[in-house]
Amino acid sequence: MFRPRVIPCLLLYRNGLYKTVKFKKPRYIGDPINAVRVFNEKEVDELMLLDIEASKKGKEPDYGHIEDIVGEAFMPVCYGGGVKTVEQMGRLFSLGVEKVSIGSAAIENPELVGSASRIFGSQSVVVTLDITQKKISGKYCIAIRNGRQMTRLDPEEMAVKVQEMGAGELVVNNIDRDGTMRGYNHELILRIVRRVGIPVVALGGAGSLADIQMVISQGGAAAAAAGSLFVFYGKLKAVLIHYPSQSELSQLFEA
Amino acid sequence: MIGIVDYRMGNIKSIASMLRKIGAISKIVTDPGELYKAEKIILPGVGAFDEGIRCLKQFGFWHVLNELVMQGKVPVLGICLGMQLFGISSEEGKSKGLGWIPCHIEKFNFSRRKDHDLLKIPHMGWNYVIPEKDHYLFHYVPDPMRFYFVHSYHYVCHEDEYVLASTNYGYNFISVIARDNIMGVQFHPEKSHKYGLNLLKSFVEFP
Repeated sequence: MFRPRVIPCLLLYRNGLYKTVKFKKPRYIGDPINAVRVFNEKEVDELMLLDIEASKKGKEPDYGHIEDIVGEAFMPVCYGGGVKTVEQMGRLFSLGVEKVSIGSAAIENPELVGSASRIFGSQSVVVTLDITQKKISGKYCIAIRNGRQMTRLDPEEMAVKVQEMGAGELVVNNIDRDGTMRGYNHELILRIVRRVGIPVVALGGAGSLADIQMVISQGGAAAAAAGSLFVFYGKLKAVLIHYPSQSELSQLFEA
Repeated sequence: MIGIVDYRMGNIKSIASMLRKIGAISKIVTDPGELYKAEKIILPGVGAFDEGIRCLKQFGFWHVLNELVMQGKVPVLGICLGMQLFGISSEEGKSKGLGWIPCHIEKFNFSRRKDHDLLKIPHMGWNYVIPEKDHYLFHYVPDPMRFYFVHSYHYVCHEDEYVLASTNYGYNFISVIARDNIMGVQFHPEKSHKYGLNLLKSFVEFP
């Protein structure tokens, strides 16, 4: 098997690429198509595109824009943001999206996961869990609507449930670490990895390639996704779309 | 003209993009009648087996494909589910496949391995493709060949005759098949950067 996947996660907002910190304060990064072209050159493993406005506004995915972006991508793309129905998913697949991620919809309507995996195959259905830790109790809970609405749902139980319904992959997104670049939350990732048999992708907090290596080797993640790490450079967080070379990545995972 | 079969299941736009990039003339074929104009055919596929068979029939491609491929000997490249539809049947569904390749499709089964709970299904990610024979399909592809896979099912053949390449995931499974004008790849060339570009280039230029 090839080394684990390292996945840039790009946030779409108002037709541009933005980056957040703890799901807040979106900062403009640039044009998504330019980013995809850079990632093509760098032979990026896979790309995640998340529309952070869609679920809040109850909007349809911006199919035209997504088609343009995906048409340029010569790597697999997972799209998420405001997806609620199998019709929307079908349309996204016809545009060239490899996998569709559902977040709020999986929580509010777990049946959707079942229907989608029966029609499209479980390998095309990703569930993204946005998770935050409650300050007083320390308990983890799932948030929906781009982090705006808390639920009482336990991430581990939800992970097991969506796996049962047929999700092919799980993205565990830690809201508290988003944009902070201080490392992934290994404890959270490991808890979920231990409960499910499907691949778990870690997202939220990557600050270095070492973080990526660790969340896979110690956190048990099958793959690592990151936003800030691939769009910012240096202490002052200058905007720069970048990605490690193939040899840097092979070295990272050499036993 | 390379005809990309649009039976509503697959990355047709990405395949078209990649073919455009290598300078090949292609057309997304929605009307089965148009497939007669194609010099070569690509059958993409993302999704479940039964749905794939159902859609091929529903959108009128079943007979046309059989005629063009089996009788007309038009070169055809099946991608992922597209390749699986060439087989006899799949564990994933109840329908009969096109039957062009006398093999069955089965789900990954790691129960015999000691570390079976560590290997996740679907097989998702980049992996190496090891050729078992020489074939023009690999002509331009750089070594070591690697491609993007995302699937839970794979070909199982009792003879080596149609096996072109294998890939290891828990065990060695068949990742490329070929029988005369019929070729199939379990991975997604349209999502595999320069490897995919070069494989498609080989398919377009040869024989």
